[in-house]
Amino acid sequence: MMIEMPPGWIIIAGALLIPLTKGLLRQAVMVALPVLSLALIWTLPEGASVKTGFLDYTLEPLAFTSVGKLFATIFSLMVLVGGIFAMRTASTLELAAAFLYAGSAVGVTSSGDLISVFIYWELMAIGSTAVIWAGATEGAYKASMRYLLMHLFGGVVLMAGIIWHIHATGSIEFTVLGLQGPAQWLILIGFLVNAGAPPFSAWIADAYPEASPSGAVFLSAFTTKTAVFTLLIAFPGTGVLIPIGCFMIFYGIIYALLENDARRILSYSIVNQVGFMVTGIGIGTEMALNGAAAHAFAHIIYKALLLMTAGAVLYQTGKRRCSDLGGLFHSMPFTTVYGIIGALAISSFPFTSGFVSKSMISSSAAYEHITWVWFLLAAASAGVFLHAGVKYPWFVFFQKDSGLRPAEPPKNMQVAMFVFAFLCIAIGVFPEPLYSMLPYPVEYKPYTADHLVTQFQLLLFAGLAFFLLLPMMKRTETISLDFDWLYRKPGLALVKWFLCTVDGVWQRIEAAAKGSIAQAVKRSYDAESEQPKGYFGKLWPTETMVVWVAVLLTGYLVMYYV
Amino acid sequence: MSEPQKHWLVRAETIRLLWKIFIAILVVTVLAEVLIHKHEHFGIDGSFGFSAWYGFITCAAMVVGAKVLGYVLKRGEDYYDD
Repeated sequence: MMIEMPPGWIIIAGALLIPLTKGLLRQAVMVALPVLSLALIWTLPEGASVKTGFLDYTLEPLAFTSVGKLFATIFSLMVLVGGIFAMRTASTLELAAAFLYAGSAVGVTSSGDLISVFIYWELMAIGSTAVIWAGATEGAYKASMRYLLMHLFGGVVLMAGIIWHIHATGSIEFTVLGLQGPAQWLILIGFLVNAGAPPFSAWIADAYPEASPSGAVFLSAFTTKTAVFTLLIAFPGTGVLIPIGCFMIFYGIIYALLENDARRILSYSIVNQVGFMVTGIGIGTEMALNGAAAHAFAHIIYKALLLMTAGAVLYQTGKRRCSDLGGLFHSMPFTTVYGIIGALAISSFPFTSGFVSKSMISSSAAYEHITWVWFLLAAASAGVFLHAGVKYPWFVFFQKDSGLRPAEPPKNMQVAMFVFAFLCIAIGVFPEPLYSMLPYPVEYKPYTADHLVTQFQLLLFAGLAFFLLLPMMKRTETISLDFDWLYRKPGLALVKWFLCTVDGVWQRIEAAAKGSIAQAVKRSYDAESEQPKGYFGKLWPTETMVVWVAVLLTGYLVMYYV
Repeated sequence: MSEPQKHWLVRAETIRLLWKIFIAILVVTVLAEVLIHKHEHFGIDGSFGFSAWYGFITCAAMVVGAKVLGYVLKRGEDYYDD
C-alpha cells in the first residue's frame, strides 16, 4: 500500500537532499528518487487524489489524467537518466536546481487545478534559471537573467489569465478551457511563451547553449514539453495553434541551418519539434493528440540524447562551434554512434522512435484533409533530416578533420547515452508499450510498405540535397538576429535614452533649485558693510525670537476668539 | 597524411564507394514504389516518386532560403557583447 502523494514532491525533495549529501550517497539519492517517482506514478490507484485548502479554493495537486501520467513518466525517466549523465561533473547548485525544476514539471502533470499549475510553473522558472546560472560563466549569468525576465513575463501573463478566468467562471479546474474570451487568451499566451512560440522563440537558443554540458540536457526536456502538456489539456483542437506550430517548425529549420554553434543548432531544433506537437494539438483529432503526446515522449529522449552527445563533446574538447569541430569519430566512436542514433530518431527515420510518433501527426493532417498543413509537414520532415539529422552529426563528428582527438567521455555519461540510444531504437521497433500509454486508443499502424517507402524517399533525397548543396552551408562564425533583437538593441537603447532623459531633467531641476537658493542668499547680504540686508538679520537671535513669540501668541489669541 | 595512413572512412576511394551505394539506395527507394500500393490523399502525392522529388526540392528551397535570409540576419558573434 503506497502513500497517495504527488510524485513531483519526491523529486523536489531531491533538491533538498542533494546539497546535504555527497559522493556515493548523493548518487544513490539521484537514482532512487526518480525510480520511486516512477513506481508511485504506476502504482497509484485509479482516481487517487490529494486535496488541500488555499484561501477559498480547494487545490488538487494530485489528479492524474492518462496524458498526465505519460508526461510524468517521461519527466521522471528524464531526470533519472539526465542525473546519471550529470552526477560526476555537474555542480551541486546545478543538480539541486535540476531536481527542483524536474519535480515541478512532474507537479504540473498531476495538477488538477490552475493555481497548482501556476505555482509549479513559477518554481520551474526558478529552477531552470538556476540550472543556466550554474553554467558559471559571464555569458551564462547574462543569459540566465534574460531567460528569467522572459519567463517571469510569461508567468505574469499566465497569472493574469488564471485570475480573470477564475473570476469569470468561478472554477479553478485545470481542464479543457477553449478560447472563450480574453482570460483564456492570456492563459494560452502564458503557455505559448514557455513553448517557444513566436515571437518568443529566441530565449531557447539564447539560454540553453550557455548552460553546462549537463545543464542543457535537463533544460531541453521540461519547460517546452510542460507547455505542450498544458496545451494538450487546456486547448486541444484550438485552430490558431496550427499556423503557430507550422511557423515554429520552419523557424527552427531555417535558424538551425544558419547556426554554427552545435548546441544552438539543437536548441533551434527543439522549437522545430515542439512546432510539430503544437500543430498536432491544433488539429485536435484523437489521432493528432495521441501523436502530439507520443512525439513529446519520443522527443524528450532523442533530444536529450543529442544534447548529451554535444555535451560530451563540449566536456571533452571545450568547443561548441561546428567551425572548430569535425573528425571526432576518430577518437569518440561511441559518442558518434549515439549522436547518429539521436539524429535518425529526430528525423523520424524508420525503426526509430520519431518515426512511430511524428507520423501520427502528419497522417492526421492527411485524414482531416488539411492540405496545406500536410504539405508543410512533409517538407518539414525532410527539413528536420537536413538541419538535425545530417547537419549536426556531419559537422561535429565528420566533415573536415579538426585534428582534435578527445577521448570518450566519463563512464556515467556513456551509460546515460547508451540508455537513451537504446530507447530510441526500442520504441521505434516496439511502439506498442508507448501506444498503450497514450490518451486515446491507437489504431495507427506505422509500418506499412507505403509509409516506409515514402519516408525513405523523403529523407534520403533530403540527404542528397544536403550533400549536393554542402558548399552553400559553409560554416560562418556568426549569430542570427531574432525577435530578441527588439529588446536587446532598440529596446535597450530606448530604456537607456529614457533614463538619460529623466536623469538630465532631474539634474537641470536640481541645478536651478540650488542656483535660486544661492541667488536668494546673495541678494539678502550686503557684501560692502559685511551685514545682512534684512531687518531681522541685523538683530540678535534672541531679539528675533522674542518678535516671533509675540507673533505666535498674538496669532493664538486671535484664533482663540475666532 | 598520406592516403593509406588515413582512416579508411575518409579515404577518397571509400567516399566514392559510399556515393555509389547511396545513389543505388536512392534508385531502389524510388523503384520500390512499383511494388507497393500508395494511399493518396491529395492527388499529387500519389504521383510517381512524389516523396523523392518533393523532399529534394523543398530541402533545396530551404537551404537557398536560409542562405538568402542569412545575408539579412547574420551578425558577428560579438554583436550583443558591448
